[in-house]
Amino acid sequence: MIYIPNTSVGRRRLIAGAAGLLAAAPVPVFAEPAAPAGAGGGGQSAVIDVDRARSEPIPIAVPDLGGPDGPSAQLGHEIAGVIGADLARSGLFRLIDQAAFIQAGAVTSGVPNFANWKPTGAQALVTGSVQILGGGQVRVEFRLWDILPQTQIQGTAYTTTQGNWRRIAHIMADVIYERLLGEKGYFDTRVVYISATGPRDRRTKRLAIMDQDSENNRLLTDGSWLVLTPRFHPTRDEIAFMSYANNRPRVYLFNLASGQQRLLGDFTGMTFAPRFSPDGSGVIMAVANGGGSDIVSMDLASHSPRRLTNSGSIDVSPCFSPDGSQIAFASDRGGDQQIYVMGSGGGDAKRISFGNGKYATPVWSPRGDLIAFTRYAGDTSNFAIGVMHPDGSGERILSEGWLVEGPTFAPNGRVLMFWRETRSQDSRGRGFSSRLVSVDITGFNERPVETPTDASDPAWSPLGT
Amino acid sequence: MNIKILGALSAVALLAACSTPATTTPAAPAPVTSSIVPGSQEDLVANVGDRVFYDFNKSGLRDDAKATLDKQAAWLAKYATNNVQIAGNCDERGTEEYNLALGNRRANAAAAYLKAKGVAAARMTTISYGKDRPTAQGSTEQAWAQNRNAITSVR
Repeated sequence: MIYIPNTSVGRRRLIAGAAGLLAAAPVPVFAEPAAPAGAGGGGQSAVIDVDRARSEPIPIAVPDLGGPDGPSAQLGHEIAGVIGADLARSGLFRLIDQAAFIQAGAVTSGVPNFANWKPTGAQALVTGSVQILGGGQVRVEFRLWDILPQTQIQGTAYTTTQGNWRRIAHIMADVIYERLLGEKGYFDTRVVYISATGPRDRRTKRLAIMDQDSENNRLLTDGSWLVLTPRFHPTRDEIAFMSYANNRPRVYLFNLASGQQRLLGDFTGMTFAPRFSPDGSGVIMAVANGGGSDIVSMDLASHSPRRLTNSGSIDVSPCFSPDGSQIAFASDRGGDQQIYVMGSGGGDAKRISFGNGKYATPVWSPRGDLIAFTRYAGDTSNFAIGVMHPDGSGERILSEGWLVEGPTFAPNGRVLMFWRETRSQDSRGRGFSSRLVSVDITGFNERPVETPTDASDPAWSPLGT
Repeated sequence: MNIKILGALSAVALLAACSTPATTTPAAPAPVTSSIVPGSQEDLVANVGDRVFYDFNKSGLRDDAKATLDKQAAWLAKYATNNVQIAGNCDERGTEEYNLALGNRRANAAAAYLKAKGVAAARMTTISYGKDRPTAQGSTEQAWAQNRNAITSVR
């Protein structure tokens, strides 16, 4: 069953959304509204109506985008493939098989012949065209149609460098997602994670980054030093992570544009478990203090640390609420590890987890309504990934396994990614694996996230701007 | 880093082997201990015990751990120029970030005990690898028991 959030739905922000694309980095994308084409009859709209409960994915047809020449048409085919795969992977759309199409080939421009699309069962249709311009530029125009009322929901054209075509496809998929579901998409995003190779007792771990659909994989560090727990800056330009460089495990910042790393702060003990503040001006992290660890906030401009907890116990894994007013963290101050919430300036912390077992890795949803966590007992019973409300109520388990750990939210708060390890089958570690997995916050639509190597510690980027 | 530690270990072994001239190789194989340089990491491993073990999710020192640390303290008193790193480790049945803190707590517990037994704090550094450097690669209680440790190594 699909849970559709009670968000407002409207034909809003067509131009506003497109204008924002002007700032897209690193390769500029220019968007312009495509001229409206056609208007039409009545019937059930593909656009989600908040008063109409939906329990089935939206059937959508994404035929190849057309093109005036072979290379353009080929690119149109590939762009349609990426859009379709994004939408289908979300579980909220059902892609109509191209074999069911009555109208063969691309639908390039103008008002589609709705009579050809109605019988396919599609409620929404994507049409468009690709034109490879001079100077390595490409122009992609697309329209989103509501088949039964026969109306155009969206029409936009993008101009960008040809090498940026995948990003254009993801941006288009996000527009389709937002127009039909009434909430922001998450396809124009990336995932930073830890790539792992080699036997378990001497793993080589590298910082890695890829698009959310597992494309454009890139290793960011060479594996000389163990690295862990990368997290995105809200602008997507920088990553906070932990490195064992020079045998001193500390939090570093990695600049994606320059490839440069810099040590964050000057602490005598280990610093770990970093996360940026929602406005990007600071980092909260754990700092070893004797046999325990404290939550410390670091202002990135002044580089002055501020100690937020001093319990003598292990306080770890801090994460801001999206409005920056609160911090969730894990602590064993009461015995077993549990999740606590305190104000962003520190002070009294309130325990919010009360179920069976230990609770770890609290992560606040970008929507603010949920905190995701890892729950475990520590023995041979399964680990679990779950969500609860910030007051601790409404706990739901979304996935279980021998070891599942470290949830991270897609920027729209709809999907979680985490990692799953399988149990070693012998003393040489055979059978062990570590892979990324995504799941809808309803617990529906769990699927593997492909990576070239074993992987852990995923962190989902904010949406591109 | 463990690769580097292993590298250092094998270098020690090679030096020890090389220090025995081939011409003096006895007819009968020498006892293994004869090639160990006193005061070396190998010596610590073979004759003292380089690691202590902990119970699940605990950092308290068991009696067997204290006995090993007593011997380490005596050994460090004998080889007073040796500095050591104490690395805290955890089994795989916890979360990464918490285990980094737990490994730190274990290393600290061992270092504090050694300090109480007279080892100067300046001679010791601690580090935690959380669950990232398991000695045993299995997923059994036996493997986990081996992986919940603090390992002392000569620096």
